[in-house]
Amino acid sequence: MVPDRKSIRVDLQLIADMIEPHSRVLDVGCGEGTLLAHLVHYRHVDGRGIELSTEGVKESISAGLAVIQGDADTDLKDYPDDAFDYVVLSQTLQAMSHPKVVLENLLRISKRAIVSFPNFAHWRARLSLGVFGKMPVSKNLPHKWYDTPNIHLCTISDFVALCQDLGIVIESQKTLDSKGHIRDVSVGLFSANFFGEQAVFLLRKN
Amino acid sequence: MSVEESHTKASTEGAPDSESVPGPYVRLGINAPLRLDCGVEISDFPVVYQTYGALNQDNTNAILICHALTGDQFVAGEHPISGKRGWWDLMVGPGKTIDTDKYFVICANILGGCLGTLGPKETNPETGKPWGLGFPVITIADMVRCQALLLDHLGIEKLFAVAGGSMGGMQVLEWATMYPERVFAAIPIATAPQHTAQNIAFHEVGRQAIMADPDWCDGDYLNQGKNPTKGLAVARMAAHITYLSEEALHQKFGRRLQNRDALTYGFDADFQVESYLRHQGITFVDRFDANSYLYISRAMDYFDLAAKHGNVLANAFKGTNVRFCVISFSGDWLYPTEENRRIVHALNSVAANVSFAEIESDKGHDAFLLDEPEFHRVLKGFLDGAAELQAKATDATGGRA
Repeated sequence: MVPDRKSIRVDLQLIADMIEPHSRVLDVGCGEGTLLAHLVHYRHVDGRGIELSTEGVKESISAGLAVIQGDADTDLKDYPDDAFDYVVLSQTLQAMSHPKVVLENLLRISKRAIVSFPNFAHWRARLSLGVFGKMPVSKNLPHKWYDTPNIHLCTISDFVALCQDLGIVIESQKTLDSKGHIRDVSVGLFSANFFGEQAVFLLRKN
Repeated sequence: MSVEESHTKASTEGAPDSESVPGPYVRLGINAPLRLDCGVEISDFPVVYQTYGALNQDNTNAILICHALTGDQFVAGEHPISGKRGWWDLMVGPGKTIDTDKYFVICANILGGCLGTLGPKETNPETGKPWGLGFPVITIADMVRCQALLLDHLGIEKLFAVAGGSMGGMQVLEWATMYPERVFAAIPIATAPQHTAQNIAFHEVGRQAIMADPDWCDGDYLNQGKNPTKGLAVARMAAHITYLSEEALHQKFGRRLQNRDALTYGFDADFQVESYLRHQGITFVDRFDANSYLYISRAMDYFDLAAKHGNVLANAFKGTNVRFCVISFSGDWLYPTEENRRIVHALNSVAANVSFAEIESDKGHDAFLLDEPEFHRVLKGFLDGAAELQAKATDATGGRA
């Protein structure tokens, strides 16, 4: 089944554009395999996926994708060093029990890692918390504080700092605002951290 | 009916001879003997099998199905001996998940079996009598070597896929590691990379039940006109419990009584579950050979894929190009998800191409034989994807995938 080229979300398209054709890709938390199917069909990658939800796994395998039911927190350690050219962690880092360990593992098993996450310092989130005194609930952070899977939310500045601590090289850093406009973080970290709703980072080890 | 009563009814004939089993029959190991793991060589021995669908021109659509402990070669359609549907009739056939309009499906009775392929009840040419305990101890790998000879005979160089559940899954794993160049896709289902202490323990109970039956005659029952049906029935009853989940037993029987309104204060089958198990035991002895049960259960106990590869399971799969699809069932406590996941972890650690799904089911180990729509959906998706990939690979190499 060939996926529709245009149906892919803007943030996923941004990720796809960072991936060289014919490379080896692992999509961690691949959901129902939307990005993976796109990459396999349009970038001709050797694609694999890990997904926690039963439904996502069944949907992915049924679509002919090589996906295993597993947990990034526990299953990444199995893979050998440099097994992939790219490993993708899309909108999943904030739900990990040990995001730092996961990040280290991503760059152990792959030459490059693409990590996307919701920016907790987006102006709407700041407004909600800073002015109204409430935990932000938005399109990108749709859960109430008591039932959210997002246990490790961070800001773009926080993430950049973690990369520096771990000696990770940031090759590309983009943000998306609520209208889907792409902005380069390197132009200005402060404004990116204020206007960026989602962040997409292309990382490699030093 | 009690187990006791059933024995007068059970035949002492056992399963039919290889020549009288309907379907294709071939003698293998004629040019060169087959050396078994135990060191014994076998030659000029019978193998019976079934095929469904047609082999395509490029020989790229063959799927080998490996059957489980008490299964046989009659996967689909009507079983010519029992009159029932084949054991995987839900899975295999025209338009079904393993679509015989598309694929050429092969299933052979395993080495050590009792429905036509060489096993302990076949005649030992040196003595003119049934092999009995003179039969060499076989392994899962020996079964696979035997199947490889059959494929040579059929002119099939490479399988599109090899699939099987339970012991069939163990054969799939041996296929993928012994003959990786002959397998494009491997589908081990509800299985394990080795038999655990608990698995061995249950098998030992079954074997002891058989050997404790005086009619077993130290394995010589066929020569003495006897059949250890009591022992074999108990072995089957014990094993059958391991194939079902507690939930399945509870739903099916609960504590309901069998054709009575009150307890009888005796040892007759008061409970429906007792009656059911007795029936399972009784019907089993009509179609299965007790010594075959000993040999095959032993082969499963000996199965330990890691042990053959320096005690590191991942080494078994190093450099593999085989595309794997591992499937487990949440209600299976005989070969639970954790055991199947060990295969997945080993494959991940060599960055192999693997899909894995745990199917939600409360049916126990037997779920792989039953109508589980999600299981079929996943398997069909995997097969379609693999077929697409094989076609691409064939195009890329301009010939054989």
